Amino acid sequence: MGKENPKVGKPDNTAFTQQRLPAWQPILSAGIVLPLFVVIGLTFIGIGIGLFITSRNVQEIELDYTGDQEGAPCAGCTTNATTNCKCTLPFKIENKFEGPVFMYYGLTNYYQNYRKYGVSRDDDQLYGNIDSLKSPANFCSPYQMGAKQMPIAPCGAIANSLFNDTFRLFYKVNKVYTEVLLDDNGISWWTDYNVKFRNPPEINGSLKNAFEGTVKPLNWPKPVYELSTNPNNNGFINQDFLVWMRIAALPNFRKLYRRISEGNWSRSLPAGNYSLEITYNYPVLSFQGKKKVVFSTVTWMGGKNSFLGIAYLVFGSLCIVMALIMLIVYAKYQVQIDRDM
Amino acid sequence: VRCPEGKLSLYCKGADTIIYERLHPACKTLKDVTTEHLDVSGSEGLRTLVLAYKDLEEGYFEDWRARHHTASTALEEREEKLDELYEEIEKNLQLLGATAIEDKLQDGVPQTIEQLAKADIKMWVLTGDKQETAVNIGYACNMLREEMNDVFIISANTAEDVREELRNARRKIKPETIEAEPIFEVKQPKNKSAVLPEDTVEGEYGLVINGHSLAYGLEKSMEVEFLRTVCMCKTVICCRVTPLQKAQVVQLVKKYKKAITLAIGDGANDVSMIKAAHIGVGISGQEGMQAVLSSDFSFAQFRYLQRLLLVHGRWSYIRMCKFLNYFFYKNFTFTLVHFWYGFFCGFSAQTVYDEWYITLYNLVYTSLPVLGMSLFDQDVSDRWSLEYPKLYEPGQLNMYFSIGSFIKCLLHSIYSSLILFFIPYGAMYDTMRDDGKDLADYQSFALLAQTCLLIAVSIQLGLDTAYWTSVNQLFMWGSLAIYFAITLTMYSNGMYLIFTASFPFIGTARNSLNQPNVWLTILLTTILCVLPVVAYRFSRTELRPTINDKVRYKVSKSKHAPPPQATRARIRRTSSRRSGYAFSHAQGYGDLITSSRYLRKNMATFSPRSKTNAKQPGTVLKTYRAVKDTVVDKTL
Repeated sequence: MGKENPKVGKPDNTAFTQQRLPAWQPILSAGIVLPLFVVIGLTFIGIGIGLFITSRNVQEIELDYTGDQEGAPCAGCTTNATTNCKCTLPFKIENKFEGPVFMYYGLTNYYQNYRKYGVSRDDDQLYGNIDSLKSPANFCSPYQMGAKQMPIAPCGAIANSLFNDTFRLFYKVNKVYTEVLLDDNGISWWTDYNVKFRNPPEINGSLKNAFEGTVKPLNWPKPVYELSTNPNNNGFINQDFLVWMRIAALPNFRKLYRRISEGNWSRSLPAGNYSLEITYNYPVLSFQGKKKVVFSTVTWMGGKNSFLGIAYLVFGSLCIVMALIMLIVYAKYQVQIDRDM
Repeated sequence: VRCPEGKLSLYCKGADTIIYERLHPACKTLKDVTTEHLDVSGSEGLRTLVLAYKDLEEGYFEDWRARHHTASTALEEREEKLDELYEEIEKNLQLLGATAIEDKLQDGVPQTIEQLAKADIKMWVLTGDKQETAVNIGYACNMLREEMNDVFIISANTAEDVREELRNARRKIKPETIEAEPIFEVKQPKNKSAVLPEDTVEGEYGLVINGHSLAYGLEKSMEVEFLRTVCMCKTVICCRVTPLQKAQVVQLVKKYKKAITLAIGDGANDVSMIKAAHIGVGISGQEGMQAVLSSDFSFAQFRYLQRLLLVHGRWSYIRMCKFLNYFFYKNFTFTLVHFWYGFFCGFSAQTVYDEWYITLYNLVYTSLPVLGMSLFDQDVSDRWSLEYPKLYEPGQLNMYFSIGSFIKCLLHSIYSSLILFFIPYGAMYDTMRDDGKDLADYQSFALLAQTCLLIAVSIQLGLDTAYWTSVNQLFMWGSLAIYFAITLTMYSNGMYLIFTASFPFIGTARNSLNQPNVWLTILLTTILCVLPVVAYRFSRTELRPTINDKVRYKVSKSKHAPPPQATRARIRRTSSRRSGYAFSHAQGYGDLITSSRYLRKNMATFSPRSKTNAKQPGTVLKTYRAVKDTVVDKTL
């Protein structure tokens, strides 16, 4: 090297470039690991107990009405002979259901999470976009165009398979049936109802005119602008429709049908005999699916699901056990390590 | 050269053996005197050169020059023709004398060599100097030691003699290898060459071989024999080696041994060796820049090699392995969740996560923390790394990333993916929000699964990082914050209104993340993914501590006291002359004791579970030879 500037090419001598940054160097010592496991174990057991008890307090009754067995109440409706077939399902509630009760319909073996099914929708059309209304996206095919090449509104397989069984609930007291009022407001997410789904702008004050030039989905009995008589619940923003369009993650799912929140029924659903009148429209037997109705109360952790509570309890106990085992290991071997050092 | 008077002379310099062949017979007495002087200088460790000259006649020189010109522009066999001409003119030279140069050893060379030897690195010297000089240098820089069991000299002149000397050496080192297999045959199937197995030897041996014998040793028929004997010795010194032979030795080791080779040199004659080795290091110094230009690393002093290997090399290996392990883990976990979901979505390849999340996962959410770890991670600081060369061992044994650790990573990923899918599955089965509305829909499930995954892999990275600088902290917490920021933005009204079809997840964050149910699921999932790792690492540190664990434990215990400096005061010899070194003054046993080899052996008898000294010789005490000057006798 010559006697020229010796600093040429010399790297910076800062803490950053010379790997001297001050740092925290944690080490997995017994003083950290063992208390950690104990604390986590105890916390988990506490949470688990809370969750388990809460789940136990949820009252729920599940009624299968598929009618796939002989002699079941709705067995007569399973053939395609009659449409609007009505069947009646009597059931009994042992204990009073406290608080607002929610009514759900449930399906099993129904793969709403199937990929091709899940992408078969047009969000722009459902947002009320006129262009998409008249020319739905290609994702919707084969439910994109109807007869005479008219666009389907709403297009897609999800919309086409809208659940269309209806239910009426009657409370039987001394052979007198009183209808329990079911509320169809507030069953879908606020964001779905107010932001995500919008009707196309009305023409001449009529929703029907807004849907001029489109046809109803193939399997629907009525077009979309006749889903409900309530103008706030009609068209794309019909709440049953919204609930259905929010596809489920798993093949066995429940969807909110109605809330029992009118008058005296909102405080509790009294014990006794009930009768459920079902308009059986939706065919599920072809894919070995099942249909059911669920009445359930809710708590801060949702419906009846003891999985989380049990999981917390189990893993909390495992943590405590592991902490004990590690304590034994530590006590036995630390002496040797100290000596080795 | 033309003198001012008009006379033509040819001056020549070179090694003594070469020049002596070209001398005029009249120089005999001068030759003997010069030889004496050379030997004296050589034994003092000086590098010697012989000078000679010859007067040239004009006519002869013109003729030679014309022939030289023809030869240098010849199309065929140019090299041979030029060599012939050079041979012709460099004959019958008159001896001028000899020069001896003291080539001082740089600072810190003996310490460096000692440290690297403790790190299980074998060191060989390949030099063009004479044997005496090379042996002297060997003693001066600690490579050859008095306490070595034996130092073999291979300096035969025919192939058979060389083979015989090698076998004799081997017989002394490890007699059983000679009886068992008289000739070690290496079958060379197609293009693969067999790998020589490692021989464990008792005691330390040195070997000195000169270039002439080395030429025989490197022949195809003898190279395996040569390598086998040579690798049994702790130190090998090759003297009188040509640059080509240097490269050949390196290539021989690369071919037959499962070792990584590093060549370090400072002159133009080292360039071929530097290029042949796995890692080439050039020392920039008096001899110019050729070595530096052809090397992978270069620095100015030999002692920086210690830092290069034990600090930076080691950190680089650790960082690389941690990075690879983590990267495989996080991507396998990410992907295997889809495998489990396939059972529940009709195998329709439905993604568990939001598509935007899949795009941004490797790009934004997990990229910076890994980068921070791979740039800054240190398991022990540099001072401690230099203090404990044994920490270098895991890198040599390929311990941190191998098939075994890859399988472990895979199993860990499978476990994590099971947890990351089935706990949310169980928690979301037939659940609803606290106001009765839907919570088990596809979009909420996706949000839950992706949040659990990101937090779990982030905590795993936190466990892997041993050195938390402020940059690491920023990257780690920043990435999580960015995730929530981006997610909330993407699921907000604004983005939906602008790009309707691209952001269908609107409202999901608001509607599901305000449920205690969801957060409890996230808590359970992430803790469950991480705790087994903590338990496993803690147990392994207690049951089978590696050298790394022990040093880190020691570091943490002595946190309040600064790490000990290298305070072993060595007697600094200002010159490399071994005056009296080999004759009467023994180096002593100090460094052997303080190298803690003995302490380790004691540990081996008390705690049989520690494997760190599996490679050490098994005997507890070694008998020492008395100081002898037989070594020097052999060279003279």
